[in-house]
Amino acid sequence: MLRKSRFAALLGLLMLGSVATAAVPDTMAQRMLACAACHGAEGRATGDGFYPRIAGKPAGYLYHQLINFREGRRLNAQMTYLLERQSDDYLREMAEYFAGLSLPYPPPQPNQAEPARLQRGLQLVRQGDTARGIPACNDCHGEKMTGVTPDIPGLLGLPYDYLVAQFGAWRQGTRHGAAPDCMAAIVAKLTPEDIDAAASWLAAQPMPADPHPATSLPKPLPVSCGSVTGPGASR
Amino acid sequence: MKRALIILALLGAGAAALVFWLGLRSDPGDISMVSPLQTPAGLSVEERGHYLVRVGDCMACHTRQGGADYAGGRMIPTPFGDFYSPNLTPDPETGLGNWSADDFWKAMHEGRSRDGSLLYPAFPYTNYTKLSRDDSDAMFAYLRTLPAVKEARREHQLQFPYNYRFLLVGWRALFFRPGVYQPDSAQDEQWNRGAYLVQGLGHCSACHEARNALGAVQSRDNPAGGLVLNWYAPALAAPAEAGVQHWPKEDIVRLLRDGIAPGASTLGPMAEVVYESLQHASAQDLDAMATYLKSLEPTQPPARGAVQVPTHAVDDMSKRGSLIYAEHCASCHGDAGEGAPPAAPALRGNRAVTMAAAVNPIRVVLFGGYAPGTAGNPRPFGMPPFGSTLSNQDVADVLTYTRSAWGNQGSPVSAAEVARNRQGPLW
Repeated sequence: MLRKSRFAALLGLLMLGSVATAAVPDTMAQRMLACAACHGAEGRATGDGFYPRIAGKPAGYLYHQLINFREGRRLNAQMTYLLERQSDDYLREMAEYFAGLSLPYPPPQPNQAEPARLQRGLQLVRQGDTARGIPACNDCHGEKMTGVTPDIPGLLGLPYDYLVAQFGAWRQGTRHGAAPDCMAAIVAKLTPEDIDAAASWLAAQPMPADPHPATSLPKPLPVSCGSVTGPGASR
Repeated sequence: MKRALIILALLGAGAAALVFWLGLRSDPGDISMVSPLQTPAGLSVEERGHYLVRVGDCMACHTRQGGADYAGGRMIPTPFGDFYSPNLTPDPETGLGNWSADDFWKAMHEGRSRDGSLLYPAFPYTNYTKLSRDDSDAMFAYLRTLPAVKEARREHQLQFPYNYRFLLVGWRALFFRPGVYQPDSAQDEQWNRGAYLVQGLGHCSACHEARNALGAVQSRDNPAGGLVLNWYAPALAAPAEAGVQHWPKEDIVRLLRDGIAPGASTLGPMAEVVYESLQHASAQDLDAMATYLKSLEPTQPPARGAVQVPTHAVDDMSKRGSLIYAEHCASCHGDAGEGAPPAAPALRGNRAVTMAAAVNPIRVVLFGGYAPGTAGNPRPFGMPPFGSTLSNQDVADVLTYTRSAWGNQGSPVSAAEVARNRQGPLW
């Protein structure tokens, strides 16, 4: 008897489901589906190579990028169009949502860079080029290059095309950070060969066992960055 | 013979004189008319002006992305060329620093600049001429309080012959009659307030009414909506488009204030209007606009014959479209287009999907979009952009299917029309 009534209840539920409207959850994940079209499911990127992974990047960094797109400091018509009429609070919530996603990383893309180029890239990442006033990437982006919370992005787990496109965007003036724009000043000192070498090395690295951003830097930042407002901002 | 020639010459001269008189005459305006927009007592003139400038959404055209508020420089693309909005801040060199309230009135009421030159009607003085002098003065008083910003003036980039400003004499003779709003005594105060807002300050017709070949709004000749900024602004009086005659008034208010209402939401340029302007309108003014919009005589815009899809192709398109729909759309919009509001609107019986002009659904599929993040709807759901996933033919197929499935009766969409909409700036 009990079993029968349970069955009836189940059947009733099923029938209810078939006439009700599609069930769409009232969640951030549902709200952020528009991002997945380019940035991949849950922002973990696609094999496309141009649209970056956003899952797991530091929240402050993501928030600043959303603001930069909204205010025209970064130029991408599609991004600006999607964000233009959203409040700071909602953009902050979006940034925190993606920052909080801890998802596995795929292995790095196959890389054909010759050893000399990778060596030059490694040198720039670890030591920079003191004679030319270029700081090491490590000095800001973290010892493991996975970024520093809340404002500094990691540079691993990103495809070569995306990395080179960002350096190019700074050179062309289609990407700006909040003033003082530290990356713009650094990119201005890099040659195309430097950019190619650094991007080749970065794109070839697997993620470390702990892919999360660091929480602090051992030394103060070597340059002033308007986009770094959280801990570590002081020079 | 000679006599006939003389008569003809006289007639010609008379017509020319009439055109020049109509196009250039000065109109002081009925300054006795007091604004129907009575704002709460205790507001200063500047505060009142701030409210009016906001409800008039001067910001939309007069602020460029990332630029200082009201410092101009925003590009406004039109079929006649690109306009660049001027600087409204009190900078003496590049803004309104040397202007007086009389100069400002002349611009709003007569469409003439401080030096007397004729203004292009991209500046909707055809609407603002309905404003009362006290409203114009309050708006000017507010603009004087803005920080003066030097923003280099950019020349309009107009095609020949529109770059010849003096031709506006003829345009004005044909299409512009200055005149402050005259209340309709057969209607109540709230209706008149709404009419003043919709026809005048809110300048809704600047987008929502079709323009003729010379860029003039003439709804009595053509009741269609307008193609503006690559979107179709649906006709406000047409029940098949944006008409709200049968809506409960509170739903109209919600759409204007929150950007979303049962069965409707705002995207594109209208999302900007809601976000920057209408969400800040007072409850009384929103109610007034709803009252007026509800009272509009229903119209039937002409079907747009632009879609070129051979009948025999439509069945195949629909079949392919139903597969694309099942793969990409059904998980949110439902197997039968029933939707899951507020996350995903119903597509069945949705006039935004089926209306004759297909440009909005095409743009929504290509570029996605979010309703504006207003106080009443601070965390909107969004439509993903499918422009990089779906080909032009795919978009045409899925829209042809969606516009005709489940009892919908929209026309097919061609791949060529989709291709046309991949271009142009996004709004």
